[in-house]
Amino acid sequence: MPHLDSQQALQQDGALFRPIMKTGRGFYLAASLLLAVVVWAAYAYSWQLRRGLGVTGMNRPVYWGIYITNFVFFIGVSHAGTLISAILRLCRAEWRRSITRMAEVITVLVLFFGVGNVLLDLGRPDRALYVITHAHFTSPLLWDITSLSVYLTGSTVYLYLPLIPDLAILRDVATGWRQPLYRLLALGFTGQKHQWHRIEKAISVMAVLVIPVAVSVHTVVSWVFAMTIMPMWHSTIFGPYFVAGAIFSGIAALITAMVIIRKVYHLEEYLRPVHFNNLGLLLLVMTMLWFYFTLAEYLTTWYGHEPVEMSVFWAKFTGTYAPLFWTMFVTCFVIPFAILSRKKTRTVTGTLIASISVNIGMWLERFTIVVPSLSNPRLPVEFHMYHPSWVEWSLMAGCFAAFILLYMLFTKMFPIVSIWEIREGREVAVPETVERIKTYLPMETKGEVAT
Amino acid sequence: MPRWGMAIDLDRCTGCQACVVACKQENNVPFSTPAQADQGRQISWLYLQTEIEGAYPHVQVRFRPMLCQHCDRPPCTFVCPTSATYKNEEGLVAQIYPRCIGCRYCANACPYSVKSFNYDEPVWPKQLAASLNKDVSVRYKGVIEKCTFCSHRLTRAREQAAAEGRALREEEYQPACVQACPANAMVFGDLDNPHSRVAQWSASPRAERLLEDLGTKPKVTYLKGGV
Repeated sequence: MPHLDSQQALQQDGALFRPIMKTGRGFYLAASLLLAVVVWAAYAYSWQLRRGLGVTGMNRPVYWGIYITNFVFFIGVSHAGTLISAILRLCRAEWRRSITRMAEVITVLVLFFGVGNVLLDLGRPDRALYVITHAHFTSPLLWDITSLSVYLTGSTVYLYLPLIPDLAILRDVATGWRQPLYRLLALGFTGQKHQWHRIEKAISVMAVLVIPVAVSVHTVVSWVFAMTIMPMWHSTIFGPYFVAGAIFSGIAALITAMVIIRKVYHLEEYLRPVHFNNLGLLLLVMTMLWFYFTLAEYLTTWYGHEPVEMSVFWAKFTGTYAPLFWTMFVTCFVIPFAILSRKKTRTVTGTLIASISVNIGMWLERFTIVVPSLSNPRLPVEFHMYHPSWVEWSLMAGCFAAFILLYMLFTKMFPIVSIWEIREGREVAVPETVERIKTYLPMETKGEVAT
Repeated sequence: MPRWGMAIDLDRCTGCQACVVACKQENNVPFSTPAQADQGRQISWLYLQTEIEGAYPHVQVRFRPMLCQHCDRPPCTFVCPTSATYKNEEGLVAQIYPRCIGCRYCANACPYSVKSFNYDEPVWPKQLAASLNKDVSVRYKGVIEKCTFCSHRLTRAREQAAAEGRALREEEYQPACVQACPANAMVFGDLDNPHSRVAQWSASPRAERLLEDLGTKPKVTYLKGGV
């Protein structure tokens, strides 16, 4: 376990303290811009509250639009953090140390916007609590609420636990109004042996626990669709398809955040090309997994050739939604695969381009899952094209802006790279890893020479 | 307990839409403004589906009154998170408006697409606002609604029978659309009573139930036309 030598930490890893201690003009400028977008979105929501969902572009039979798309998208992005960080921790991937925190923060913050979009979508948001007070257990929406609240609690704890030693360090070096705050949050952590022991144990227990919860969350989100008998929703592959897509968009969101943080806070020493290379490889694996799932989903539909399914199928392949569908295919597969499969392009910039492309593509995937099925019901109904209204676009922009703003505020309050884990890596993990590798191999012992 | 159901003979249907008008009036279904119609947001508990077959000059038009099929195994009630839509003790698929949170999950789960959502606050012309049916609650923006088989008429008939100290007679409960049909193309009653007309029509060789292969067990039967 590392020493909790706060002054030494400040000297050695000063770059990690700087975002908290110094705030430049750029931050205030960006924050006020984002705040303006959030205020605009709040106005748009008050507009919707007064006039009802009539101000959206939704109709009959397209009863769900980009609010539900955003719900699925944000919950997907939330898999960036907890799941990736937990897996890397359990695998003892040493390169995880500088990225786990920034991943975990994405999870906790973005979950609020996932749940929030369901609330935005309600015709009667004032009755949202009826879901609990009049709970109906066969509804997949209730399963969603259940697994989401477990996930939110779990990932908040999982973010907080590794934060405690850092809070203790900050308590020792901070001045002014922050000091009592850090003192409160650090829970009296002073770096004693039994405290380290407990916190490390708690972190590993949580790392194991959050993985099944994370998998369950996106499975249940997919079940909101798959449990109905709507054409091209009613698919057994949806659970794993959504989980894979969630990890896919999660890694992409994480890389995007890393590139920005690296640039803005000058953390080039902590976020090195190797981090982007490794995450890029992980993203490449998910790119291929996404292609595999998509192929499996559409090939079985096409081969079966059931008329109701095919009307949705053609709407995506050649019909109304073809531009969106093929853009999704290019941005989810062609672009990231071309960039990430070559070592030469698996650079910081390369992975950033691939990640932005994947994020756009995964949003389009969610959209082309939600809307085309609703537009092509089993029985003929009068069809009206769904065009999202200014209110819907504003609320979407507001969600993204609010998320980025909260993320920025977090980096100003807490270290976005785990200080103690970096120090532990340097002091403890380097010799430990050497020893660990030795146990993997039949080491030659002294004096014995093969003849 | 009777198993209430409906049968519609498409050969008798003239497409006059008297049922549509009767339904709107009986159930306080608001008129759609032209703007709402352009956006595809009409509220209709019962509407006439028009199917055009063939090409000129051999064109055939078929009409099908479309309404909630009151499934015995309704996909919509399973997904409702608050039981605002549920199958009641009479076997009718009912809606509790004050409990609906407006998530529209039921509307998406319904394979017949017969649920309507109140995107806007409903409005009536002044003259009509005074003549709303007092037995049927007026809905407001943000909730789902659909055909109830005029269940308020069943409540009224049951109360009448109870007051007179006798059992309910099947013919006392008739939805407004059935009552209004001038061609006698619609019948309503107890599907479990073999002597009822609805049971006899439902057993006809021409009888078909929509999307029956989905296992929803709809209680509306159509008698195929033009056979």
